[in-house]
Amino acid sequence: MLRIGGLAALAAVTIAFPKVYTNPAITNYGVLAMIYVTVAVAWNIFSGNTGYISLGQAVFFGSGAYAMGVAAHGWNVTGTTVFALLPLCAVVGAAIAVPFGLIALRVRRHTFIVITIAFFFIFQLMAFNFSFTNGTIGLNSPFLNWPATSYNTPFYYIALAYAAGTIGIAWLVRRSRFGLQLRAIRDDEDRARGLGVRAMRVKLSAFVISGAITAMIGAVWFYYINQVAPQTGFDPLFDLTIVLMAFLGGYGSIAGAVLGAVIIEPLTLWLNTQPQFSGGALSEILLGGIFLVVVLFMPRGIIPTSGELIRGLRTRGRPAVVPATATGTAPVGGPASAADPESAPSVSPGGAR
Amino acid sequence: MAREILEAVVDGILIGGVYALMAVGLTLIFGVLDIINIAQGVLVILGAYLSYSLSTKAHIDLFVGLLITIPAMFIVGVVIHWAFIRRLRGTERTSMTLLVTYAVALIIEGILYRFYGADDVTLTASYTTTSVRVFGFYLPWIYIYGFILALVLVAVLYALLYRTRFGRAVRATMQDETAARLVGIDVNRVAALTFGIGVAVTAAGGMVFGATNAFNANSGYDLISRLLAIIILGGLGSVGGALAASVFMLTVESVVTIWYPTWAIVVFYAALVLVLLIRPTGFFGRREVRAQ
Repeated sequence: MLRIGGLAALAAVTIAFPKVYTNPAITNYGVLAMIYVTVAVAWNIFSGNTGYISLGQAVFFGSGAYAMGVAAHGWNVTGTTVFALLPLCAVVGAAIAVPFGLIALRVRRHTFIVITIAFFFIFQLMAFNFSFTNGTIGLNSPFLNWPATSYNTPFYYIALAYAAGTIGIAWLVRRSRFGLQLRAIRDDEDRARGLGVRAMRVKLSAFVISGAITAMIGAVWFYYINQVAPQTGFDPLFDLTIVLMAFLGGYGSIAGAVLGAVIIEPLTLWLNTQPQFSGGALSEILLGGIFLVVVLFMPRGIIPTSGELIRGLRTRGRPAVVPATATGTAPVGGPASAADPESAPSVSPGGAR
Repeated sequence: MAREILEAVVDGILIGGVYALMAVGLTLIFGVLDIINIAQGVLVILGAYLSYSLSTKAHIDLFVGLLITIPAMFIVGVVIHWAFIRRLRGTERTSMTLLVTYAVALIIEGILYRFYGADDVTLTASYTTTSVRVFGFYLPWIYIYGFILALVLVAVLYALLYRTRFGRAVRATMQDETAARLVGIDVNRVAALTFGIGVAVTAAGGMVFGATNAFNANSGYDLISRLLAIIILGGLGSVGGALAASVFMLTVESVVTIWYPTWAIVVFYAALVLVLLIRPTGFFGRREVRAQ
């Protein structure tokens, strides 16, 4: 009941946001925050569930942006009909994710991360050198004749819809059999295979879902900021920022990814507008600094750490009571809810240890 | 045409030697600590900037300046290990250290921007502008000096690893950390010193890199992705593999540059992808690399 009420309140606040703050400088923060919520949750669908940390999400983000730009220019699509190209961008993202995943998902751990970085640089280089991507200059989006004062509002709602949809998909994945298979791979891939999980197929499916969503939101981002260049579409900082968002909020949890994105993106945007942080150098130092503090002092992220704190306060330091069902067979409520650490708060890691 | 290819091969081998120096540091750190130091690229740039400051402000020769920058970078490495890497434990350690070193890289990059600005600089000395004639083509002296420096330092590293007590402790830790602990090796000390040595070689690598390329604070990204490709290709944790892969990759890149200058770097990564499709552990890799 509390959860539903909280979600409804959250929905009301996010929907009312551009009505309350009409200043474009403020709504700009909202649009980009929602875009990054989508990206971080999409990253979490694959990397959060499987434990394969991808530093190549910018491949999909940039490819989506370029796909929309190239298609709009090639077919002379203008105005709001450009949004009809979004499914195409998803197809492009998925089409890239399949060969990318088939190669990268053969290896694990460090090697996987390095392969994703390598793919990222290959894509950035292609954007620099192909003629249809227009080299260093990049592409401009088709003109949109919306008035400047309310230009951001429709984009905010589109991005919000994407964020909500992605959270919904992530939630469905999480509580499905598919999600359980993904997390089994994260815990022990060889054992999961031994138990009959078709590891490659499952990993690749999650990778493709994640890539398709990221490509679509990349296209929205492109239409919103009106241009894409190789350095902005395929940005190494973008990859790190998403991982930072996920780790800051709580690695592997959907709410964690959302919280991380809502904190980090407006913060970096704000830092870049401050004149004393010229050139973005200080914002880089600060971003790195926050990251180090998070990883060293609350390695499990804000949500799990604060959850433990609250639970500690509630039980006043006494170990929480661990119900017998949690360690034995799954409760009647369904196996999905028992496997979900968010909906099983009674199993406190602090108390069970 | 034959002469152009010969020239490219010679270039590739000489530059490959310098990359080998940086890659050996990276692969040593991986072997002992089981982490990938993403900051290695930007540390090379830091080493280059230190040489730049010494040569422009204090007018110290680039090679003589290494006597100052190598110990300085060693200290930087030990401090990074002491402050951040040492503190990470637990199941997510692998990915955490990767992210921590990425964050360290960001911070160093930001600091370098603050100090030196975004303009490209290059290290200059009498031997960076003069060349020598070999086999009918001209070769800048710095390429030859840099290669000799790399050879000497790699030889020193080899001697350190295979001829000293410390080297034996390092190799024991690489093989089996628990067993090394059991026979009385102070694994934490070995790890700190290895991280320091792995970072110290970037001072030399950075100096030669800065003398042969224009660089700014941002150049570290391109460098680290090449270095990662090299050590994966050579097999993570294999010093010999890193040497062979550096020379091989840089030679291939250099030869491809004759025909397709803009696409040469793609060959670099394509080689990596191809090798991993056939042999996921790299040329000289150990089995464990694939296990989770």
